[in-house]
Amino acid sequence: MRLASAGLLAAAAALLASCAAPTRDYQPDALAMMKRDFHARGSAGVDRLNEDSVQAACNKFQDNPPQEAAAKLEKEQFAAIKWPADGKLLGDWKAGERIAQNGQGMAWNDKGGVGGSCYNCHQVGPRESSFGTVGPSLYQFAKKRGYGAEIQRYAYGKIYNAKAYNLCSQMPRFGHVKALTEQQMKDLTALLMDPASPVNQ
Amino acid sequence: MRHALVLGLAASVSAIPWQHAAAQAADPTAAEFDKFREIMEQDNPAELFEAKGEELWRARRGPKNASLEQCDLGLGPGVVKGAYAQLPRYFADVDRVMDAEARIVHCMITLQGIKYEELAKQPFSSLVRTPEPVSLVTYVAAQSRGMKIASPQNHPKERDAYQTGKAIFHYRAGAFDFSCASCHGADDKRIRTQPLPNFTKPEQAIRAVQGWPGYRMTGGVMHSLQWRLNDCYRQQRFPEPGYVSETLSALLTYVTVNANGHVYRGPGIKR
Repeated sequence: MRLASAGLLAAAAALLASCAAPTRDYQPDALAMMKRDFHARGSAGVDRLNEDSVQAACNKFQDNPPQEAAAKLEKEQFAAIKWPADGKLLGDWKAGERIAQNGQGMAWNDKGGVGGSCYNCHQVGPRESSFGTVGPSLYQFAKKRGYGAEIQRYAYGKIYNAKAYNLCSQMPRFGHVKALTEQQMKDLTALLMDPASPVNQ
Repeated sequence: MRHALVLGLAASVSAIPWQHAAAQAADPTAAEFDKFREIMEQDNPAELFEAKGEELWRARRGPKNASLEQCDLGLGPGVVKGAYAQLPRYFADVDRVMDAEARIVHCMITLQGIKYEELAKQPFSSLVRTPEPVSLVTYVAAQSRGMKIASPQNHPKERDAYQTGKAIFHYRAGAFDFSCASCHGADDKRIRTQPLPNFTKPEQAIRAVQGWPGYRMTGGVMHSLQWRLNDCYRQQRFPEPGYVSETLSALLTYVTVNANGHVYRGPGIKR
């Protein structure tokens, strides 16, 4: 066992020595290779390999772009959020729970009908024990933060475009890329914000 | 099958020569599954595909009516023992880095005259069909059981493949802004209840290699790493990567080199 871990350490050291310091930027090679090798399937066209301005900034700086550039892009993303015309941000939390559970949508085998995939990455309601930990727990979201208009707006905006708040967030931009409809985002906002939602019990 | 499962499960558990991953210990569900896998691997259904693969390796097949026995997997024509543990690697005849399945497909094309299009049409296993390259890669992988993973970084193109693979791994794009690193770039994360190994770290990167090719209990079929990467890209909301493409060889170079030095236990079992 000791020998094995010494061997691993040596291998890790050799790896660091040989691989840790790239002599040039390999991203153009990577993108050219992917453009050669990928093909469209279902709804997933090869145009999805192209970066938009947010993805480009995050890719270029390993998810840690200079603050000024990040703030400018966040502002642009925020300005593009389409708020509900009727001014109402809360839908039906029961519908929201179903959307949060649904992990379908935007993959090449999906037939339309997009869910929020929320439980894939977040703890949300207290009854679902199968939840991911890529994102923070949302349990008692409003109970902890308050039920006011500002928090409602934050919840809706974050679902619509997480990159408007944190440029290289791992969370998809559900409204920005038109994955979720306005009604679905209202229902999810209700799941987080409605005092009657199990999330806030 | 090497031995009957009924011969005392408790005894075989304590006799397991490896330990279940320490990184998993914090998650009781994952620890239970690791235990289950260890028991199952005593009588791994993958061995059926290993036997089928060996038969296919020796059989004269294809338009050229040739066997694969002269296939060069990197250690010289016909050398299978230990070859898998040293893949992906650079091959001068194609001037690129190839992973195991890419090389086997290359040999089926060049030695047997089978067309790539034919192999790429339905390259993944279903309940009714296991593609020949899947059985072949299971056979080849089994001949490196117990050996240290040593994907080389000597040739400049092997070092390029590592760096290109690393860049592909971190490249965010598509409908959901995902990259490979979205799921496999941080410690102690889960999707639903599935723990996600961090492949950027040597001690966790082994989990990209260990157990592959693997008999997957979900669906009950034998799968190779080509399938695993294809399904990752589906969930990443990307378009589809070409079967045995250079992109996938580069990605496999990145994660395998990160795992170098660990002992490969042979074809395994997956959840």
